[in-house]
Amino acid sequence: MSMAQHAEPAVGTTPPASGPKDTDGRTARRPLALRLLARPEVGVFLGAAAVLVFFLVVAPSVRQGSSMATVLYQSSTIGIMALPVALLMIGGEFDLSSGVAVISSALTASMLSYQLTLNVWTGVIVALAVSLAIGFFNGWMVVKTGLPSFLITLGTFLILQGVNLAVTKLVTGNVATDDISDMDGFNQARKVFASSFDVGGVQVKITVVWWLVFAALATWVLLRTRYGNWIFAVGGNKESARAVGVPVTFTKISLFMLVGFGAWFVGMHNLFSFNTVQSGEGIGNELIYIAAAVIGGCLLTGGAGSAIGPVFGAFMFGMVNQGIVYAGWNPDWFKAFLGVMLLGAVLINLWVQRTATRR
Amino acid sequence: MDRSSPSRFRRTAPFVAVAAAAALTLAGCASAHGGKKAEEAAQNASAGKANTPRMTVALVTHQAPGDTFWDTVRKGAEAAAAKDNIKLVYSSDPNAGNQANLVQNAIDQKVDGIAVTLAKPDAMKSVIGKAQQAGIPVVGLNSGLSDWKQLGLLSFFGQDESVAGEAFGDKLNTTGAKKIVCVIQEQGNVGLTQRCDGVRKTFKGTTETLYVNGTDMPSVRSTITAKLKQDNSIDTVVTLGAPFALTAAQSVGDAGSKAKVATFDLNKDLVKAVQNGSVEFAVDQQPYLQGYLAVDALWLYKNNGNYSGGGVQPVLTGPAFVDKSNVDKVAEFAAKGTR
Repeated sequence: MSMAQHAEPAVGTTPPASGPKDTDGRTARRPLALRLLARPEVGVFLGAAAVLVFFLVVAPSVRQGSSMATVLYQSSTIGIMALPVALLMIGGEFDLSSGVAVISSALTASMLSYQLTLNVWTGVIVALAVSLAIGFFNGWMVVKTGLPSFLITLGTFLILQGVNLAVTKLVTGNVATDDISDMDGFNQARKVFASSFDVGGVQVKITVVWWLVFAALATWVLLRTRYGNWIFAVGGNKESARAVGVPVTFTKISLFMLVGFGAWFVGMHNLFSFNTVQSGEGIGNELIYIAAAVIGGCLLTGGAGSAIGPVFGAFMFGMVNQGIVYAGWNPDWFKAFLGVMLLGAVLINLWVQRTATRR
Repeated sequence: MDRSSPSRFRRTAPFVAVAAAAALTLAGCASAHGGKKAEEAAQNASAGKANTPRMTVALVTHQAPGDTFWDTVRKGAEAAAAKDNIKLVYSSDPNAGNQANLVQNAIDQKVDGIAVTLAKPDAMKSVIGKAQQAGIPVVGLNSGLSDWKQLGLLSFFGQDESVAGEAFGDKLNTTGAKKIVCVIQEQGNVGLTQRCDGVRKTFKGTTETLYVNGTDMPSVRSTITAKLKQDNSIDTVVTLGAPFALTAAQSVGDAGSKAKVATFDLNKDLVKAVQNGSVEFAVDQQPYLQGYLAVDALWLYKNNGNYSGGGVQPVLTGPAFVDKSNVDKVAEFAAKGTR
C-alpha cells in the first residue's frame, strides 16, 4: 500500500503509484511506526480496538461469537452507507438526504411490486433507477448552482420525507407498505439482500459480507484507479483539479449517485428483511453515516480520508451501541453513554494523529 | 477537458434503467401470488350521510410523520366526518409549541369544533383557553386523560396508558412470564414510559427497560437481539408499537431465544403474526374509535347538545386484548387498515 491515500495535491491522470520516492530534502524519512500511525485509518482502528477490548472486559456476553455477529450486523447496515458517504466527503461534498433516501428506495420497490402485482425484482430494479436518479439530482443541482451541498441536500431531505409519506398514503391508503413476502421473487431477493449463513455455528448476516466486499472495492478504486485520484483532486481543490483536466462535474455527480446506490442497497435490505416499510423511518440516520465517515478519518472539508477508516467508524458505532446493551447498563443513560464513548474514541483517534504527525 | 463521454453516460444511464424496468414489466414479470390483486376482495363499509348543515372540525394531533397508529386515528375521524357531513381539517406536529400553533390556526379559520391530543398539556393550555373564548367546543383524545377536565374540555376519548399497562401486566401473569423486557422506541416519550411503568406495577416477575432507535429497523432488530443474548432469562419481549413487535419476533429468532413477544397496538401485519403465533397478544386501544368518537361527539354537541361521558368521565376506548381467541374477527377489519 502506498502513501497515496494522503494525496492532497495528487492531481494527475495516472494512478498514484508507490513509484520513485522524491527525496528533495523537505521530508525527512521518519520511523516506520510513526509513518504508520500517521495514516488516517490507524487512529480509528486503535479507537475501535479500544472500544472492543473495553466491552470484552466489562460485558461477558460480548465474548460469544453470536454476539459479535449481532454487532457486525448493526455495523454493516451503517457501514454500507458510510462508504459512499465517505467517498462523497473526500470529494468535498456531503449528503443530508441519505437517511430518508434509503426508505424512498424501499418504498418504491415495495409499492411498485405490490400495486401492479409484479415479480419483486421489477420493483428492485426500478428502485435502483429511482435511487440513482435522486443521487443524480443532488449532484447535478450542486454542480450547476454552485450552492453548498448542505443546502441542496437539506432540500432533498425534506422533499423525500414528504414524498415518502404522501405517495405511500396515496398509493396504499396507509402509511406503511403492504406485506410482499408471499410474492414471486421475494425469496430470491431475500437471499441476496437479507439472508444469513452459518460460520462455525454462528449465524452471520449477508450484509456483513457485502459491507466488506464494498469496502475492498472502494479502497481499490480510491487507491489504484484514475477515478480515485479524481475524487481526492475535486475534494482538495476543485479549480486546480479542473485546470489539470479532472472532469469535476462527472466526478461529483457520480459520487452522489454512488450514495444513491448505497441507499438502494440498504433500502432493499430493510424491505426484504422486514417485509413492509413504514414511510416515516430513516430520519436522523444520515448523521450516523456522516459520523461514521468522520470518525473514520474523512475531513468535513474534503480532500482527505480513506475507505477503510469508515469501516472501523461504523464498527465502533455498532460496538458501542450494542455493547451498552450487552453490558446491561442502566438504559436511561443509553444515549449519554453512546455520546461519551464515541467522543472518547474520536479523541483517541485525534491524539494518535497528532502524536504521529508532530515533527 | 474530458467531458463528452461521462456526460453522455449520465444522460443515458437513468433512461437505460427505466427502459430496462419497463421491459421487464412488459415481459410479463407478474407475480402469481399476493400483491394488489389479492387485496382487492375487501372493500369499505359505508354508512348513510347526515343531512345536518355542513360544519368544519379541526383534528390536531401530536403525530410524527409516517406512523401507522395515527393513520388509523385519522381514518376513524374521516369516517365520522363523512357520515356527519363535516369538513375535516387534519394537522399534526410532534413538537408541542408547533401543535399549539396549529390549534391557533384552527381558531383563526373559525372552525365549528376542535379535537385535540394533549401529549404535553401545559403547552396547550393557553391556546385551548382561546378556543373556548372564541366559543369553539373542544374535545380531547388519545393523550391527556389526567388533564382534559381541568382544561375544560367537553369530553375525552382514549385509553389510560397506565391502566392499559396494568392490564397488560395482569395478562402477562396469566402466561407464566417471569422476566420481561419493555422496549421503548422513543426515549423520553411520556405515554410510552407510562405503559412500561403500568406493566411493571402489576407484573409479578422482573421488568427491564430497553431503548431502541425507532426510525432504524435494522438497529431495533440488533439491539433487541443483543439484549436477549445478554440476559437469556428473559422470557417475554414487550413492545409498544406493532411494527416493533414484528421486528422483535425476528430478534428472538436471531438470538436463538425462546422468548415470546407481546405488544401494545395493532396493524394488519401484526394481526397475521397473532394468527400464526409469532406474537402472543396485543392490547388494542382502538385508535379508529378515538378519531371517530371525537369527531362524532362534536357533531352531537352542536346538533343535540350531548356530552359524551356526561362531561365528567372519560370515554375509554381500550384496553381491548387481541389474541388467538378473537383475532380472526379483527383480521377482516385490519386488512382495510382500520383496526
